[in-house]
Amino acid sequence: MTRALVNVPKTAKRGDVIDVRAMIAHPMETGYRMGPNGVPIPRDIITRFECLYDGEIVFAAEFFPAMSANPFISFSTVATASGTLTFRWTDDAGKVETATAEIAVS
Amino acid sequence: MAGDCHGMIDRRELLTAGGASLLVCALPGSALARPSLAEAVAGFTGGAPVQTGRVTLTIPPLVENGNAVGVNLAVESPMTAADHVRRIALFNEKNPQPDIAIFTLGPRTGRARIATRIRLATSQTVVAVAEMSDGSYWSSSASVIVTLAACIEDLS
Repeated sequence: MTRALVNVPKTAKRGDVIDVRAMIAHPMETGYRMGPNGVPIPRDIITRFECLYDGEIVFAAEFFPAMSANPFISFSTVATASGTLTFRWTDDAGKVETATAEIAVS
Repeated sequence: MAGDCHGMIDRRELLTAGGASLLVCALPGSALARPSLAEAVAGFTGGAPVQTGRVTLTIPPLVENGNAVGVNLAVESPMTAADHVRRIALFNEKNPQPDIAIFTLGPRTGRARIATRIRLATSQTVVAVAEMSDGSYWSSSASVIVTLAACIEDLS
């Protein structure tokens, strides 16, 4: 089960700039906090986010611990052709989580 | 006699060694201290001059919870292949680490407008720096008052 939420319009006109929103459930542990036993809680964050439109990167981001838990990001892209938007999040451990959305361009 | 002399050298060596180790001890401390906001921005631009303007950074001036502060970023740019925003970086002044996020854009992004949520450890200034395709850098800053801090609070 995916823990990511993406919001992409289902249809668009060719050349339109569409708004895209993506969010993923992740604690984004900073590594600066102490646990109840006085031991620092190890850092665990998502370091990279990518949005691919039919396999080509249209937007990417590098995250640091100052990003909120469950990182949310809103951006835009140009609707060029009907296809798939793939969202990819990579965390500190190298684990990759993906989500996809289809768009029909007329 | 020779033994005495040897002893002297040993003491001297010890003293210099001691001084060196003190220096070594002092170094990690300065390395641990976070770079300043200006240093972080210079690290992103590679020392290139940063002009004020073209970037709009919108943050509520007073936030109650530093764990999730909504940030809106907009850069004036036609976003064409010839003239677009290449990267936008967000920096803070007083969190344990100056970087917040670096966004990579291109002509296919269509519009240089981003919204996200960040953490702020205390009341401070947040700076957004945009790198254009012509190599120029533009920035905007906003100061925020935070009543509940983020990042460094402990679990209890």
